[in-house]
Amino acid sequence: MLTHEKIETSNTLMIVLITLLVSVGGLVQIVPLFFQKSTTTPANELVRPYDPLRLVGRDIYIREGCYNCHSQMIRPFRAETERYGHYSVAGEYIYDHPFQWGSKRTGPDLHRVGGRYSDQWHKIHLIDPRAVVPESNMPAYPWLDRPLREPHIGAKMAALRRVGVPYTDQEIADAPKALEGKTELDAIVAYLQGLGLALKQTR
Amino acid sequence: MDLKFTGDLVGFWNLFVIVVVLVSIIGCAVFLWVQSSATHSPGEVTGHVWDGDLQEYSNPLPNWWRWMFYLTVVFALVYLALYPGLGSNPGVFGWSMRGQYDAEMKVAEATYGPKFNQFLAQDVMTVAANPEAKEMGGRLFQTYCAQCHGGDAGGAPSFPNLKDGDWLWGGTPDRIKETIAAGRTAVMTPKGTKPDMDAEQVRDVVHYVRSLSGLAADSVRVQRGQELYPQACAACHGADGKGMTAAGYPNLTDKVWLYSSREDKMIEIVTKGVQNHMPPYGEFLGPAKVHVLTAYVWGLGGGEKPVAPVAAAPAAAQN
Repeated sequence: MLTHEKIETSNTLMIVLITLLVSVGGLVQIVPLFFQKSTTTPANELVRPYDPLRLVGRDIYIREGCYNCHSQMIRPFRAETERYGHYSVAGEYIYDHPFQWGSKRTGPDLHRVGGRYSDQWHKIHLIDPRAVVPESNMPAYPWLDRPLREPHIGAKMAALRRVGVPYTDQEIADAPKALEGKTELDAIVAYLQGLGLALKQTR
Repeated sequence: MDLKFTGDLVGFWNLFVIVVVLVSIIGCAVFLWVQSSATHSPGEVTGHVWDGDLQEYSNPLPNWWRWMFYLTVVFALVYLALYPGLGSNPGVFGWSMRGQYDAEMKVAEATYGPKFNQFLAQDVMTVAANPEAKEMGGRLFQTYCAQCHGGDAGGAPSFPNLKDGDWLWGGTPDRIKETIAAGRTAVMTPKGTKPDMDAEQVRDVVHYVRSLSGLAADSVRVQRGQELYPQACAACHGADGKGMTAAGYPNLTDKVWLYSSREDKMIEIVTKGVQNHMPPYGEFLGPAKVHVLTAYVWGLGGGEKPVAPVAAAPAAAQN
Protein backbone atom coordinates (compact mmCIF):
# COMPACT_ATOMS: atom_id res chain seq x y z
CA MET A 1 0.00 0.00 0.00
CA LEU A 2 1.10 3.58 -0.57
CA THR A 3 2.12 4.56 2.90
CA HIS A 4 3.39 7.88 4.04
CA GLU A 5 6.80 6.33 4.59
CA LYS A 6 7.01 4.69 1.19
CA ILE A 7 6.16 7.87 -0.73
CA GLU A 8 8.45 10.11 1.21
CA THR A 9 11.43 7.83 0.87
CA SER A 10 11.11 7.14 -2.87
CA ASN A 11 12.02 10.01 -5.19
CA THR A 12 10.64 8.33 -8.27
CA LEU A 13 7.28 7.54 -6.73
CA MET A 14 7.02 11.06 -5.35
CA ILE A 15 7.83 12.59 -8.74
CA VAL A 16 5.25 10.42 -10.49
CA LEU A 17 2.51 11.20 -8.00
CA ILE A 18 3.20 14.95 -7.97
CA THR A 19 3.24 15.05 -11.78
CA LEU A 20 -0.08 13.24 -11.89
CA LEU A 21 -1.59 15.58 -9.36
CA VAL A 22 -0.54 18.86 -10.93
CA SER A 23 -1.45 17.78 -14.46
CA VAL A 24 -5.12 17.17 -13.64
CA GLY A 25 -6.02 20.85 -14.06
CA GLY A 26 -4.24 21.14 -17.39
CA LEU A 27 -5.60 17.86 -18.68
CA VAL A 28 -9.16 18.92 -17.96
CA GLN A 29 -8.98 22.64 -18.75
CA ILE A 30 -6.49 22.90 -21.58
CA VAL A 31 -6.15 19.66 -23.54
CA PRO A 32 -9.81 19.37 -24.67
CA LEU A 33 -9.60 22.92 -26.10
CA PHE A 34 -7.23 21.65 -28.78
CA PHE A 35 -10.03 19.51 -30.13
CA GLN A 36 -13.12 21.70 -29.75
CA LYS A 37 -14.81 23.37 -32.68
CA SER A 38 -15.31 26.67 -30.87
CA THR A 39 -11.57 27.07 -30.33
CA THR A 40 -10.19 25.65 -33.56
CA THR A 41 -12.53 26.93 -36.28
CA PRO A 42 -13.22 30.55 -37.29
CA ALA A 43 -16.09 32.21 -35.39
CA ASN A 44 -17.57 33.20 -38.75
CA GLU A 45 -16.53 33.75 -42.36
CA LEU A 46 -15.15 37.21 -41.54
CA VAL A 47 -12.29 35.75 -39.51
CA ARG A 48 -9.48 35.60 -42.07
CA PRO A 49 -5.73 35.04 -41.87
CA TYR A 50 -3.72 38.26 -41.60
CA ASP A 51 -2.66 39.64 -44.96
CA PRO A 52 1.09 40.41 -45.22
CA LEU A 53 0.84 44.08 -44.26
CA ARG A 54 -1.28 43.32 -41.20
CA LEU A 55 1.00 40.49 -40.24
CA VAL A 56 3.99 42.83 -40.25
CA GLY A 57 1.92 45.39 -38.36
CA ARG A 58 1.22 42.74 -35.78
CA ASP A 59 4.94 42.11 -35.37
CA ILE A 60 5.44 45.84 -34.84
CA TYR A 61 2.64 45.77 -32.25
CA ILE A 62 4.59 43.07 -30.42
CA ARG A 63 7.96 44.76 -30.93
CA GLU A 64 6.73 48.03 -29.42
CA GLY A 65 5.21 46.17 -26.48
CA CYS A 66 1.67 47.41 -27.07
CA TYR A 67 0.38 44.33 -25.23
CA ASN A 68 1.88 45.69 -22.02
CA CYS A 69 -0.83 48.32 -21.79
CA HIS A 70 -3.55 47.10 -24.16
CA SER A 71 -5.53 43.89 -23.89
CA GLN A 72 -7.34 42.24 -26.78
CA MET A 73 -10.02 40.45 -24.83
CA ILE A 74 -13.44 41.93 -24.25
CA ARG A 75 -15.12 40.13 -21.37
CA PRO A 76 -18.85 39.40 -21.33
CA PHE A 77 -19.80 42.25 -19.00
CA ARG A 78 -22.09 45.10 -19.96
CA ALA A 79 -19.52 47.67 -18.81
CA GLU A 80 -17.14 46.31 -21.44
CA THR A 81 -19.49 45.60 -24.31
CA GLU A 82 -21.09 49.06 -24.13
CA ARG A 83 -17.70 50.63 -24.61
CA TYR A 84 -15.88 48.22 -26.89
CA GLY A 85 -18.54 46.15 -28.64
CA HIS A 86 -19.42 42.47 -28.66
CA TYR A 87 -17.46 40.33 -26.24
CA SER A 88 -14.58 38.32 -27.68
CA VAL A 89 -15.03 34.67 -28.63
CA ALA A 90 -12.37 32.00 -29.05
CA GLY A 91 -13.01 31.50 -32.75
CA GLU A 92 -11.80 35.02 -33.49
CA TYR A 93 -8.24 34.27 -32.43
CA ILE A 94 -7.48 31.10 -34.34
CA TYR A 95 -4.96 32.79 -36.66
CA ASP A 96 -3.15 34.53 -33.79
CA HIS A 97 0.21 32.93 -33.05
CA PRO A 98 0.76 33.90 -30.32
CA PHE A 99 -2.38 35.53 -28.92
CA GLN A 100 -2.23 39.19 -27.94
CA TRP A 101 -4.79 38.91 -25.15
CA GLY A 102 -2.61 40.89 -22.76
CA SER A 103 -3.31 41.05 -19.07
CA LYS A 104 -3.32 44.72 -18.16
CA ARG A 105 -5.23 47.74 -19.33
CA THR A 106 -3.35 50.93 -18.84
CA GLY A 107 -4.93 51.89 -22.14
CA PRO A 108 -8.25 50.64 -23.50
CA ASP A 109 -8.89 47.18 -24.89
CA LEU A 110 -8.12 47.03 -28.60
CA HIS A 111 -9.89 43.89 -29.69
CA ARG A 112 -12.57 45.82 -31.62
CA VAL A 113 -10.65 48.96 -32.43
CA GLY A 114 -10.85 48.12 -36.16
CA GLY A 115 -12.91 50.77 -37.94
CA ARG A 116 -13.52 52.65 -34.71
CA TYR A 117 -11.28 55.55 -35.74
CA SER A 118 -10.00 56.76 -39.09
CA ASP A 119 -6.57 55.82 -40.47
CA GLN A 120 -5.72 59.47 -40.16
CA TRP A 121 -6.54 59.43 -36.45
CA HIS A 122 -4.36 56.40 -35.82
CA LYS A 123 -1.42 57.94 -37.63
CA ILE A 124 -1.62 61.22 -35.75
CA HIS A 125 -2.24 59.38 -32.50
CA LEU A 126 0.70 56.98 -32.81
CA ILE A 127 3.11 59.76 -33.71
CA ASP A 128 1.86 62.01 -30.92
CA PRO A 129 -1.09 60.81 -28.80
CA ARG A 130 -1.50 64.24 -27.16
CA ALA A 131 -2.24 65.80 -30.54
CA VAL A 132 -5.70 64.23 -30.53
CA VAL A 133 -6.27 63.20 -26.91
CA PRO A 134 -4.70 65.83 -24.64
CA GLU A 135 -5.31 63.73 -21.50
CA SER A 136 -3.58 60.64 -22.93
CA ASN A 137 -0.67 59.07 -21.08
CA MET A 138 0.31 56.83 -23.98
CA PRO A 139 3.93 57.14 -25.09
CA ALA A 140 4.59 58.63 -28.53
CA TYR A 141 5.99 56.41 -31.28
CA PRO A 142 7.35 58.97 -33.73
CA TRP A 143 9.90 56.59 -35.27
CA LEU A 144 7.15 54.47 -36.82
CA ASP A 145 6.95 56.83 -39.78
CA ARG A 146 9.83 55.12 -41.56
CA PRO A 147 10.02 52.68 -44.48
CA LEU A 148 9.04 49.13 -43.70
CA ARG A 149 11.83 46.59 -43.84
CA GLU A 150 10.72 42.99 -43.60
CA PRO A 151 12.88 40.66 -45.70
CA HIS A 152 11.50 37.54 -43.99
CA ILE A 153 7.80 37.93 -44.67
CA GLY A 154 7.67 34.81 -46.83
CA ALA A 155 9.42 32.71 -44.20
CA LYS A 156 7.12 34.04 -41.50
CA MET A 157 4.04 33.14 -43.47
CA ALA A 158 5.45 29.69 -44.23
CA ALA A 159 6.11 29.18 -40.52
CA LEU A 160 2.57 30.23 -39.66
CA ARG A 161 1.27 27.84 -42.28
CA ARG A 162 2.98 25.02 -40.44
CA VAL A 163 1.00 25.83 -37.33
CA GLY A 164 -2.27 25.91 -39.20
CA VAL A 165 -2.80 29.28 -40.90
CA PRO A 166 -4.01 28.44 -44.42
CA TYR A 167 -1.75 30.66 -46.55
CA THR A 168 -1.45 29.52 -50.15
CA ASP A 169 1.86 29.36 -52.05
CA GLN A 170 0.60 32.21 -54.21
CA GLU A 171 -0.12 34.41 -51.19
CA ILE A 172 3.34 33.75 -49.80
CA ALA A 173 4.98 34.50 -53.13
CA ASP A 174 3.03 37.76 -53.50
CA ALA A 175 3.70 38.93 -49.97
CA PRO A 176 6.84 41.04 -50.57
CA LYS A 177 4.99 42.99 -53.26
CA ALA A 178 2.22 43.90 -50.80
CA LEU A 179 4.78 45.55 -48.53
CA GLU A 180 6.47 47.66 -51.18
CA GLY A 181 6.55 51.36 -50.45
CA LYS A 182 4.80 50.99 -47.10
CA THR A 183 5.87 52.51 -43.82
CA GLU A 184 5.80 50.87 -40.41
CA LEU A 185 2.98 53.25 -39.61
CA ASP A 186 0.94 51.92 -42.55
CA ALA A 187 1.49 48.38 -41.32
CA ILE A 188 0.45 48.87 -37.72
CA VAL A 189 -2.54 50.99 -38.72
CA ALA A 190 -3.61 48.25 -41.14
CA TYR A 191 -3.27 45.74 -38.32
CA LEU A 192 -5.29 47.84 -35.88
CA GLN A 193 -7.98 48.59 -38.46
CA GLY A 194 -8.48 44.87 -39.03
CA LEU A 195 -8.92 43.97 -35.38
CA GLY A 196 -12.20 42.49 -34.24
CA LEU A 197 -14.19 43.13 -37.41
CA ALA A 198 -15.76 39.67 -37.35
CA LEU A 199 -18.32 40.62 -34.72
CA LYS A 200 -18.28 44.36 -35.28
CA GLN A 201 -21.91 44.70 -36.19
CA THR A 202 -23.21 42.24 -33.66
CA ARG A 203 -24.75 43.50 -30.48
CA MET B 1 -26.49 33.67 -35.41
CA ASP B 2 -24.41 30.63 -34.67
CA LEU B 3 -21.14 31.67 -33.11
CA LYS B 4 -20.35 28.21 -31.78
CA PHE B 5 -19.95 29.64 -28.34
CA THR B 6 -20.53 26.58 -26.21
CA GLY B 7 -21.96 23.11 -26.27
CA ASP B 8 -19.30 21.55 -28.45
CA LEU B 9 -17.59 19.55 -25.72
CA VAL B 10 -18.93 16.25 -26.97
CA GLY B 11 -18.01 12.61 -27.46
CA PHE B 12 -14.65 11.42 -26.24
CA TRP B 13 -13.49 14.71 -24.73
CA ASN B 14 -16.68 15.13 -22.79
CA LEU B 15 -16.20 11.68 -21.30
CA PHE B 16 -12.51 12.39 -20.76
CA VAL B 17 -13.22 15.49 -18.69
CA ILE B 18 -15.90 13.74 -16.65
CA VAL B 19 -13.68 10.75 -15.92
CA VAL B 20 -10.55 12.74 -15.05
CA VAL B 21 -12.48 15.13 -12.80
CA LEU B 22 -14.35 12.39 -10.93
CA VAL B 23 -11.37 10.06 -10.64
CA SER B 24 -9.16 12.82 -9.26
CA ILE B 25 -11.72 14.02 -6.72
CA ILE B 26 -12.70 10.55 -5.57
CA GLY B 27 -9.05 9.52 -5.68
CA CYS B 28 -8.24 12.30 -3.23
CA ALA B 29 -10.96 11.07 -0.86
CA VAL B 30 -9.83 7.47 -1.07
CA PHE B 31 -6.21 8.40 -0.58
CA LEU B 32 -7.10 10.46 2.44
CA TRP B 33 -9.17 7.64 3.88
CA VAL B 34 -6.43 5.04 3.31
CA GLN B 35 -3.82 7.27 4.87
CA SER B 36 -5.83 8.18 7.90
CA SER B 37 -7.04 4.63 8.58
CA ALA B 38 -3.51 3.26 8.78
CA THR B 39 -2.77 2.16 12.31
CA HIS B 40 -0.57 4.30 14.44
CA SER B 41 0.75 3.65 17.88
CA PRO B 42 1.07 6.80 20.00
CA GLY B 43 4.59 7.99 20.38
CA GLU B 44 5.84 6.25 17.23
CA VAL B 45 8.61 8.23 15.50
CA THR B 46 9.50 8.39 11.80
CA GLY B 47 13.05 7.30 12.37
CA HIS B 48 14.63 10.51 11.11
CA VAL B 49 17.15 12.09 13.41
CA TRP B 50 18.45 15.62 12.92
CA ASP B 51 21.18 17.43 14.81
CA GLY B 52 21.93 14.37 16.85
CA ASP B 53 18.71 14.21 18.86
CA LEU B 54 15.87 15.90 16.97
CA GLN B 55 13.13 13.39 16.02
CA GLU B 56 9.66 13.53 14.36
CA TYR B 57 6.44 11.86 15.59
CA SER B 58 4.56 9.83 13.01
CA ASN B 59 1.11 10.98 14.12
CA PRO B 60 -1.98 11.05 11.89
CA LEU B 61 -3.54 14.40 10.85
CA PRO B 62 -5.64 16.07 13.53
CA ASN B 63 -9.29 15.22 13.05
CA TRP B 64 -10.49 18.79 12.36
CA TRP B 65 -7.92 19.02 9.61
CA ARG B 66 -8.83 15.67 8.09
CA TRP B 67 -12.52 16.55 8.06
CA MET B 68 -11.81 19.81 6.35
CA PHE B 69 -10.17 17.81 3.56
CA TYR B 70 -13.28 15.65 3.29
CA LEU B 71 -15.34 18.83 3.23
CA THR B 72 -13.47 20.14 0.19
CA VAL B 73 -14.26 16.87 -1.59
CA VAL B 74 -17.94 17.24 -0.75
CA PHE B 75 -17.87 20.88 -1.81
CA ALA B 76 -16.35 19.93 -5.17
CA LEU B 77 -19.01 17.31 -5.84
CA VAL B 78 -21.87 19.61 -4.84
CA TYR B 79 -20.41 22.41 -6.96
CA LEU B 80 -20.15 20.15 -9.99
CA ALA B 81 -23.75 19.09 -9.51
CA LEU B 82 -25.01 22.68 -9.39
CA TYR B 83 -22.73 24.49 -11.85
CA PRO B 84 -21.17 23.59 -15.20
CA GLY B 85 -17.83 21.83 -14.94
CA LEU B 86 -18.44 18.14 -15.33
CA GLY B 87 -17.95 17.86 -19.07
CA SER B 88 -20.88 19.35 -20.94
CA ASN B 89 -23.25 18.87 -18.00
CA PRO B 90 -24.87 22.30 -17.47
CA GLY B 91 -25.53 21.76 -13.75
CA VAL B 92 -28.80 22.01 -11.83
CA PHE B 93 -28.83 25.83 -11.82
CA GLY B 94 -28.25 25.99 -15.59
CA TRP B 95 -25.84 28.87 -15.07
CA SER B 96 -23.68 30.02 -17.98
CA MET B 97 -21.42 32.99 -18.54
CA ARG B 98 -23.42 33.94 -21.60
CA GLY B 99 -26.68 33.56 -19.71
CA GLN B 100 -25.46 35.86 -16.96
CA TYR B 101 -24.39 38.42 -19.55
CA ASP B 102 -27.75 38.24 -21.32
CA ALA B 103 -29.54 38.70 -18.00
CA GLU B 104 -27.36 41.70 -17.17
CA MET B 105 -28.12 43.24 -20.56
CA LYS B 106 -31.83 42.60 -20.13
CA VAL B 107 -31.92 44.37 -16.77
CA ALA B 108 -29.95 47.26 -18.25
CA GLU B 109 -32.31 47.47 -21.22
CA ALA B 110 -35.32 47.52 -18.90
CA THR B 111 -33.71 50.20 -16.73
CA TYR B 112 -32.04 52.47 -19.26
CA GLY B 113 -33.84 51.57 -22.49
CA PRO B 114 -36.96 53.64 -21.70
CA LYS B 115 -34.81 56.59 -20.62
CA PHE B 116 -33.30 56.74 -24.09
CA ASN B 117 -36.37 55.65 -26.00
CA GLN B 118 -38.57 58.41 -24.50
CA PHE B 119 -36.58 60.92 -26.54
CA LEU B 120 -37.04 59.06 -29.82
CA ALA B 121 -40.57 60.41 -30.12
CA GLN B 122 -39.38 64.02 -29.74
CA ASP B 123 -37.64 65.97 -32.46
CA VAL B 124 -33.94 66.67 -32.08
CA MET B 125 -34.29 70.34 -31.18
CA THR B 126 -36.72 69.55 -28.36
CA VAL B 127 -34.38 66.89 -27.04
CA ALA B 128 -31.47 69.33 -27.23
CA ALA B 129 -33.35 71.66 -24.87
CA ASN B 130 -33.85 68.89 -22.28
CA PRO B 131 -31.22 69.07 -19.52
CA GLU B 132 -31.43 65.35 -18.73
CA ALA B 133 -30.92 64.41 -22.39
CA LYS B 134 -28.03 66.82 -22.52
CA GLU B 135 -26.33 65.10 -19.62
CA MET B 136 -26.91 61.67 -21.16
CA GLY B 137 -25.67 62.88 -24.54
CA GLY B 138 -22.61 64.38 -22.92
CA ARG B 139 -21.67 61.04 -21.39
CA LEU B 140 -22.14 59.27 -24.71
CA PHE B 141 -20.01 61.93 -26.33
CA GLN B 142 -17.19 61.42 -23.84
CA THR B 143 -17.27 57.67 -24.41
CA TYR B 144 -17.56 57.48 -28.18
CA CYS B 145 -16.67 60.83 -29.72
CA ALA B 146 -14.14 62.64 -27.54
CA GLN B 147 -11.16 60.63 -28.80
CA CYS B 148 -11.30 62.49 -32.11
CA HIS B 149 -13.45 65.58 -31.55
CA GLY B 150 -11.95 66.34 -28.14
CA GLY B 151 -13.46 66.27 -24.67
CA ASP B 152 -14.78 69.80 -25.20
CA ALA B 153 -15.92 69.04 -28.78
CA GLY B 154 -13.47 71.67 -29.95
CA GLY B 155 -11.85 69.32 -32.43
CA ALA B 156 -8.21 69.05 -33.45
CA PRO B 157 -6.39 69.31 -36.76
CA SER B 158 -8.13 66.81 -39.11
CA PHE B 159 -11.07 66.45 -36.70
CA PRO B 160 -13.82 69.04 -36.93
CA ASN B 161 -14.81 71.40 -34.18
CA LEU B 162 -18.46 70.67 -33.37
CA LYS B 163 -19.14 73.81 -31.37
CA ASP B 164 -18.87 76.39 -34.11
CA GLY B 165 -21.42 76.96 -36.82
CA ASP B 166 -19.18 75.60 -39.54
CA TRP B 167 -20.33 72.24 -40.85
CA LEU B 168 -18.63 70.13 -43.46
CA TRP B 169 -21.66 67.93 -43.99
CA GLY B 170 -24.42 70.18 -42.75
CA GLY B 171 -25.61 71.13 -39.30
CA THR B 172 -29.31 70.39 -39.45
CA PRO B 173 -30.60 67.65 -37.15
CA ASP B 174 -31.09 65.21 -40.00
CA ARG B 175 -27.65 65.78 -41.43
CA ILE B 176 -25.92 65.42 -38.06
CA LYS B 177 -27.82 62.23 -37.38
CA GLU B 178 -26.85 60.88 -40.80
CA THR B 179 -23.21 61.70 -40.10
CA ILE B 180 -23.23 59.90 -36.75
CA ALA B 181 -25.18 56.88 -37.93
CA ALA B 182 -23.65 56.24 -41.34
CA GLY B 183 -20.28 57.94 -41.03
CA ARG B 184 -18.67 60.12 -43.69
CA THR B 185 -15.79 59.67 -46.05
CA ALA B 186 -14.18 62.65 -47.71
CA VAL B 187 -11.64 62.43 -50.50
CA MET B 188 -9.75 65.24 -52.15
CA THR B 189 -7.84 63.97 -55.15
CA PRO B 190 -4.24 65.17 -55.63
CA LYS B 191 -4.27 68.55 -57.37
CA GLY B 192 -8.04 68.55 -57.52
CA THR B 193 -9.50 68.17 -60.98
CA LYS B 194 -6.37 69.43 -62.71
CA PRO B 195 -3.77 66.72 -62.07
CA ASP B 196 -1.27 68.19 -64.54
CA MET B 197 -0.51 71.26 -62.38
CA ASP B 198 3.17 71.77 -61.66
CA ALA B 199 4.54 72.87 -58.30
CA GLU B 200 4.39 76.57 -59.18
CA GLN B 201 0.80 76.33 -60.30
CA VAL B 202 -0.13 74.55 -57.09
CA ARG B 203 1.45 77.38 -55.15
CA ASP B 204 -0.46 79.91 -57.24
CA VAL B 205 -3.79 78.25 -56.63
CA VAL B 206 -3.05 77.95 -52.91
CA HIS B 207 -2.35 81.67 -52.78
CA TYR B 208 -5.64 82.38 -54.49
CA VAL B 209 -7.47 80.17 -52.00
CA ARG B 210 -5.72 81.95 -49.14
CA SER B 211 -6.88 85.28 -50.50
CA LEU B 212 -10.50 84.12 -50.36
CA SER B 213 -10.50 84.21 -46.56
CA GLY B 214 -8.11 87.10 -46.14
CA LEU B 215 -4.98 85.07 -45.35
CA ALA B 216 -1.64 86.53 -46.40
CA ALA B 217 -1.15 85.95 -50.14
CA ASP B 218 1.09 87.15 -52.92
CA SER B 219 -1.01 89.29 -55.27
CA VAL B 220 0.74 88.14 -58.42
CA ARG B 221 0.25 84.51 -57.49
CA VAL B 222 -3.36 85.24 -56.53
CA GLN B 223 -3.98 86.52 -60.00
CA ARG B 224 -2.43 83.46 -61.65
CA GLY B 225 -4.17 81.14 -59.19
CA GLN B 226 -7.52 82.72 -59.93
CA GLU B 227 -7.21 81.54 -63.51
CA LEU B 228 -6.42 77.98 -62.41
CA TYR B 229 -9.10 77.77 -59.73
CA PRO B 230 -12.13 77.14 -61.99
CA GLN B 231 -10.41 74.17 -63.58
CA ALA B 232 -8.73 72.72 -60.52
CA CYS B 233 -11.06 73.38 -57.60
CA ALA B 234 -14.44 74.79 -58.58
CA ALA B 235 -16.04 71.44 -59.41
CA CYS B 236 -16.14 70.64 -55.69
CA HIS B 237 -15.49 73.82 -53.75
CA GLY B 238 -17.75 75.88 -56.01
CA ALA B 239 -16.99 78.84 -58.26
CA ASP B 240 -17.29 81.14 -55.26
CA GLY B 241 -15.21 78.82 -53.00
CA LYS B 242 -18.11 78.31 -50.60
CA GLY B 243 -18.05 74.53 -50.94
CA MET B 244 -21.11 72.30 -50.66
CA THR B 245 -22.22 70.69 -47.41
CA ALA B 246 -24.44 68.24 -49.30
CA ALA B 247 -21.30 66.40 -50.40
CA GLY B 248 -18.88 67.44 -47.68
CA TYR B 249 -16.90 69.90 -49.78
CA PRO B 250 -15.40 72.47 -47.42
CA ASN B 251 -16.00 76.18 -47.61
CA LEU B 252 -12.71 77.89 -48.49
CA THR B 253 -13.85 81.42 -47.80
CA ASP B 254 -14.29 81.23 -44.04
CA LYS B 255 -11.62 81.28 -41.35
CA VAL B 256 -12.07 77.61 -40.39
CA TRP B 257 -9.24 75.36 -41.51
CA LEU B 258 -9.63 71.66 -40.74
CA TYR B 259 -6.02 70.75 -41.45
CA SER B 260 -3.97 73.89 -41.46
CA SER B 261 -3.90 77.43 -42.77
CA ARG B 262 -0.13 77.34 -43.13
CA GLU B 263 1.03 77.82 -46.69
CA ASP B 264 3.36 74.81 -46.77
CA LYS B 265 0.66 72.51 -45.35
CA MET B 266 -1.91 73.77 -47.82
CA ILE B 267 0.51 73.16 -50.68
CA GLU B 268 1.11 69.64 -49.36
CA ILE B 269 -2.62 68.93 -49.20
CA VAL B 270 -3.28 70.21 -52.71
CA THR B 271 -0.28 68.28 -54.05
CA LYS B 272 -0.93 64.96 -52.36
CA GLY B 273 -4.66 65.13 -51.87
CA VAL B 274 -6.25 64.12 -48.60
CA GLN B 275 -8.65 61.53 -47.26
CA ASN B 276 -10.66 61.71 -44.12
CA HIS B 277 -13.16 59.43 -42.55
CA MET B 278 -15.74 59.47 -39.81
CA PRO B 279 -16.66 55.91 -38.81
CA PRO B 280 -20.35 54.93 -38.69
CA TYR B 281 -21.92 54.48 -35.25
CA GLY B 282 -25.52 53.70 -36.16
CA GLU B 283 -25.46 49.95 -35.73
CA PHE B 284 -23.20 50.03 -32.71
CA LEU B 285 -25.20 52.58 -30.72
CA GLY B 286 -28.72 51.93 -31.98
CA PRO B 287 -31.28 54.58 -32.98
CA ALA B 288 -32.15 55.91 -29.52
CA LYS B 289 -28.59 56.70 -28.49
CA VAL B 290 -27.81 58.17 -31.90
CA HIS B 291 -30.85 60.41 -31.46
CA VAL B 292 -29.73 61.66 -28.05
CA LEU B 293 -26.18 62.12 -29.31
CA THR B 294 -27.45 64.05 -32.33
CA ALA B 295 -29.34 66.38 -30.04
CA TYR B 296 -26.24 66.86 -27.89
CA VAL B 297 -24.03 67.71 -30.86
CA TRP B 298 -26.72 69.93 -32.38
CA GLY B 299 -27.03 71.75 -29.07
CA LEU B 300 -23.30 72.37 -28.68
CA GLY B 301 -23.82 75.76 -30.25
CA GLY B 302 -23.54 75.27 -33.96
CA GLY B 303 -26.79 73.46 -34.76
CA GLU B 304 -28.76 74.74 -37.71
CA LYS B 305 -32.55 74.76 -37.96
CA PRO B 306 -34.02 72.34 -40.50
CA VAL B 307 -34.32 73.88 -43.93
CA ALA B 308 -37.79 75.28 -44.62
CA PRO B 309 -40.19 72.83 -43.01
CA VAL B 310 -42.92 74.86 -44.71
CA ALA B 311 -45.36 72.08 -45.38
CA ALA B 312 -44.99 70.52 -41.93
CA ALA B 313 -45.27 73.72 -39.92
CA PRO B 314 -49.01 74.44 -40.25
CA ALA B 315 -49.86 70.83 -39.52
CA ALA B 316 -47.76 70.93 -36.39
CA ALA B 317 -49.44 74.15 -35.31
CA GLN B 318 -52.88 72.56 -35.62
CA ASN B 319 -51.84 69.75 -33.35
